[in-house]
Formats: sequence, C-alpha cells, structure tokens
Amino acid sequence: MSTVAIAAPIKSRLGIGASLKRNRRWALISSYFFLILFAIFFLMPPYYMIVTALKSDAEVAHMATNPWIIANGITFEQFYILLFQTDFLVFFKNTVIVTLCVVAITMVVSVLAAFSLGRMKFWGSSILATGIFLTYLIPDTLLFLPLFQIVKSIGLLNSYWGMVLIYPTLTVPFCTWIMIGYFQSIPKELDEAALIDGAGHMQMLFKIFIPVALPGIIAAMIFAFTVSWAAFVYPMAFLYSADQQVLTVGTVTSLIRADVYKWGMLMAGALLAAAPPLVIYAFLMDYYIAGLTAGATKG
Amino acid sequence: MADVTLRNVVKKYDDVLAVASINLDIPNHEFVVLVGPSGCGKSTTLRMIAGLEEITDGEISIGGAVVNDLPPKDRDIAMVFQNYALYPHMTVAENMSFGLKLRKFPKAEIKTHVDNAARILDITELLGRRPKQLSGGQRQRVAMGRAIVRNPKVFLFDEPLSNLDAKLRVQMRTEIKRVHQKVKTTTVYVTHDQVEAMTLADRVVVMNAGKIEQIGTPNDLYHHPATRFVAGFIGSPAMNFVPARLEGGNGAGLRVRLSDKLVFNVPESRAPRYSPHTGKEVIFGLRPEHITETRGRENGVGQEFPVVLDVVEPMGMETMVYFRVDGTEVCGRVEPTAAKNSGEAMQLRANLDHMHLIDPVSNMVL
Repeated sequence: MSTVAIAAPIKSRLGIGASLKRNRRWALISSYFFLILFAIFFLMPPYYMIVTALKSDAEVAHMATNPWIIANGITFEQFYILLFQTDFLVFFKNTVIVTLCVVAITMVVSVLAAFSLGRMKFWGSSILATGIFLTYLIPDTLLFLPLFQIVKSIGLLNSYWGMVLIYPTLTVPFCTWIMIGYFQSIPKELDEAALIDGAGHMQMLFKIFIPVALPGIIAAMIFAFTVSWAAFVYPMAFLYSADQQVLTVGTVTSLIRADVYKWGMLMAGALLAAAPPLVIYAFLMDYYIAGLTAGATKG
Repeated sequence: MADVTLRNVVKKYDDVLAVASINLDIPNHEFVVLVGPSGCGKSTTLRMIAGLEEITDGEISIGGAVVNDLPPKDRDIAMVFQNYALYPHMTVAENMSFGLKLRKFPKAEIKTHVDNAARILDITELLGRRPKQLSGGQRQRVAMGRAIVRNPKVFLFDEPLSNLDAKLRVQMRTEIKRVHQKVKTTTVYVTHDQVEAMTLADRVVVMNAGKIEQIGTPNDLYHHPATRFVAGFIGSPAMNFVPARLEGGNGAGLRVRLSDKLVFNVPESRAPRYSPHTGKEVIFGLRPEHITETRGRENGVGQEFPVVLDVVEPMGMETMVYFRVDGTEVCGRVEPTAAKNSGEAMQLRANLDHMHLIDPVSNMVL
C-alpha cells in the first residue's frame, strides 16, 4: 500500500466554502456526541451483565466494592454452576426446539399466505389481508385466557409443544403482513415473464418470489425468531415443570428463590440466552440490508 | 412460427370497454406494430394474445389453433416487457435458459440455444453477469435473448424501448429489426411512438379508443390515411388541419376555401372523388413537408400563397415555419436558407397533390 499525501485544501477567500465546511464540522461533532451518548446508554446494561457474570458470589455480595469493575479477578464459576448444576441446558434445549419449530411453521404458513394474498387476485383477498393484520392488533394479554382453555383441552398444558402451537398465532399474522408488502413490491412483469416462460404458481414462488424477496423473508424470520425466543407471558402461564420450561421463564424461576437472587448466575444465564439472537442478527443483517431486487427492472 | 388471428376480440373491465371487437390477421413472419395513444387498448390487445388477460368475447388463434383458454405457457409465445422484467437473482445465462429449463430441455441443448441467442444479440461476454450489473440497453438485449432462445411461434414486444434514452432507442430499434430479419418470427410490437411504428413495421395497426382505426403498410398510412385520427397521428410534425369549404361547379373546377383570402384549387385528379361533397364544410389536411418555400420545388400541382410568419424554428437541415390561417396554426417546412424571420411576410407553396379532405362529422378522409 502506498501512502497518498493529500494537499491541504485551499481556503476559500469568499467565505462561502469555509462556512459550509464549518457547518459540516458542527454536524459531525454533534452527531458523534449523540451517537457516543446513546452507545454508552445502550451498552451499559450488557456491560453490567458481563461484569457481574464474571464475578464470584462473594464479590457480588460484598457491598464495599465498586459494582462496575471486577476487583477480585475474573471467574467462570457462575457459568460452570449454571451449565452443570442447574436445568439451564434443559431450558436452552427446549427454547431451541420451540423456536426452530415456530420459525419453520411461521415461514411455511406466511410465505404461502402472503404469496396468495399479495399476488393471486381472488375474491376477498384484500379484505383477508387486512383481516390478518387486525388479528395481530389483539394484545397477548387478552388472548392468553382463551388460549389456555384451548391448549388445556388438547392436552398440551405444561408442554413446550403447546408453545409451538401458540407462538405462530402471534408470528404468522405479522410475518404475512410484512411479506405481502414485500411480494407486492416485486414488479408484476416478473411473474408475467415467469408465466410466459412456463412456470406454474409453485415454480414461480420457489424460483422467483422467494429468492427475490429473500431480504423480506429474512426480516420476517428474524421477527418470528425474536418473538419465540423472548416470549415470557405464555410460558409463564402455561408451563410449570422444570423439564418443560423455556429460557426466559426458567432462568428467572430457578435462580430466584423467594428473596434470594443468584445475581451472578442470572447475569450469566441472560448473557448465554442473548447470544444466539446476537449471532443471528450479526449474520443476517447484511442480507436484510442487501437490495436484491436492484436491477430487476429499470431503476 | 405461425400466423396470429384475432376475431371480434372484446375486452371489458367491469363496465369499461378497453378493446371493442377488433379483427386482425397477422400472417407468418410478419412484423406488425400496434400503435396509438396511451389507453387506446394496444397493450391490452397484446396481453390478450399473450394470455395475460382473459378475453371477454371473440377468438384468438395462433398457428390455426384457438388459444382463448390456453395459459400463456402453452401458447408458445415469448414477450419482451417495457421494464425488461429480468429475474434479478439470476445471471444473464440463467435468465435466458429459465424457460428452457422449465420445459425440461437437455443441458447441452440449452447451452447451444443460449450461446446462439447470445451471439445474435452480441451479449456473449455478459452471460455471467447479473441484471443489476448491466446498462439499460444491455438489459433490453437480454430480455430479447430470453425471448429468442425459446424459438417461439410469436414474439410480443410491449413498448420495449420506452425506458431507453433517445440515442439508445434508435440503436435498439435497428437491432430489433436486424434480429427479426435473422429469425423471422411473427412479431407483434406495441408502441406509442409513431416513428418506431413506421420504421419497424411491415404493417402498422393504428388503434384509438379501443378500436382499430386503420391497418396498412407504413407508406399506406402516411400517404393514404383513412381517418382524421390516423392522418394526425402518423407523421411528425403532425398534419395541419384547417376548417374549409369545398366550392366549385360551373365548369370552373373545385376549390377549397380556407379563409376569405386563401383559396386552393383542387388538383384535377382528385375532382371525381371530391365533387359529390361540393358545397360542404370539410377539414383541409396537408402535411408540413408539403408546405415549402417557392423556389426549386416545381414538381406536382403547387400553389403559392403569402403568409406572415408567427414562429420560426430552425432544426438544422430544415426550418419549421408557423403561421395562421383564419386563427388556425399551420406549420410548414422550408429550406433553412429560404426561411424568413418571425413577423416577416413569406411566400410559401402548397403541394396539393398530397392534400386530404376530411368529413368533419364522420372524421373519415374523403
């Protein structure tokens, strides 16, 4: 790599250029200021989590030390106890199973629903599309009593398979709605070209629509994943034995005994629980942002 | 390759009549251009041939077989869209071979077809690229390539050049003509640009308000328009129309009176055709290119007349002059050296061999 010396820009004598540059500098300074401020604001809780998770119980309980730094050396004992002496791994496994199933069910149902509602014009399709969105507007707290009855009647109470049944009622409407919009943004000529090329509706969906709408589908997938991974109200109400419990509720119920809070392990558990979504976001964000539709038509 | 026939084809959207009972016979190998203003039903007609719109009534046949109820894929047609409609996630080669793959052609054969089409269109070096890496003209070529590889019975073009800039449009126009001369597939081409229609077509179909106004060769339409609409639509700048009155009889020959001062003598050859309309109000039509300066244009029946120029527009190889006849603006086309300035008087010459008279009620050319 060669270094390139950039000549210092000649100052404008008219002052217009200078004031533009000053404006730009102020804009930069203030954006950096606020960005740093917000970064600190949002990174504080994760930092506190990491610090606490890496302390021993004794240090956490010792009121004299500064809670923001690790004074007595890093220890992984919280993680060790959490992983090998509690049901944490069972919760983790349950959550993974539930989430994978929910994401799979959601994607199958909502891609097909969105394709038919957004692309195949039939009588009542637009009313149905709006109807689907309206179901999303009903709050969980209203739904969980009737859903309790339903889940109980089919014998899935206190089973994480009940969650696999319930979460899609939240994810499918929203994901369908996102994807209807995405499918509708794909130019009409693209399916007409596919029709003329000889594609049936299924081929059109799998060979044209899904690849082209991939950013939208991944956005919907992230949503379904997040809802399922972070759900709290339903497992709290529907699951009560440890072997069926999921991460969110399981960690809290097993690590808080009456007024004894196992802070170190709680933080370690929260960290481990937050890791999969973080990894997934990090990998899929590029996809999410990539404009795959560019170049389909004149643009 | 096949001929295409439309019999009394009607398209209604709810109560709106988009295409009103049109009949059209397109023989094998012919290049037919449907032209008309937007909303005239030309695109709808094309889409009905493609099978993208159902027809309300009538019959469409391709290669002798009625295709009314056949889906697009079974009609053996290929279509090129205005916005190209390339599959963005596929390379050029994949775009072109998609139709063949769906029809389960063997791989080797697909490659031969794609390579062949790429050679015809000169896009061989683009085969590995994706649509977003291509320019507008290249995308349009790929869209044509996708049509050619399938070797269909009929090519359908839906305003394929509208998204290109003026220079590229002229280039691609030539390209389309060249490709048609090579592959000779029956082609139906829709455009709103009458220049495109005139330059490309074996026959032009002029449509207006869901009806066919006239079908004919480009020369036919230019020299012998059947209606006022065709007369005004074909040719640029458009034909001049001036309300007039046909006078005559008494052995003096027919005359067209455009204003108190301006009277043209109708050429002898037209007299038998026009004489039944003597005494009636008519519309006098004459193209700008037939209103010229006086010197050096002695061929044909001409008549000189004086005007005062309103606006003068130099175009380089010619100059457009605008003047008024009884309040109606009229355009003439003169040699740049002969043109006077605006506001000045000028002697012009009308070549009446090319005049038209139009019935103001029926709008038919007499």
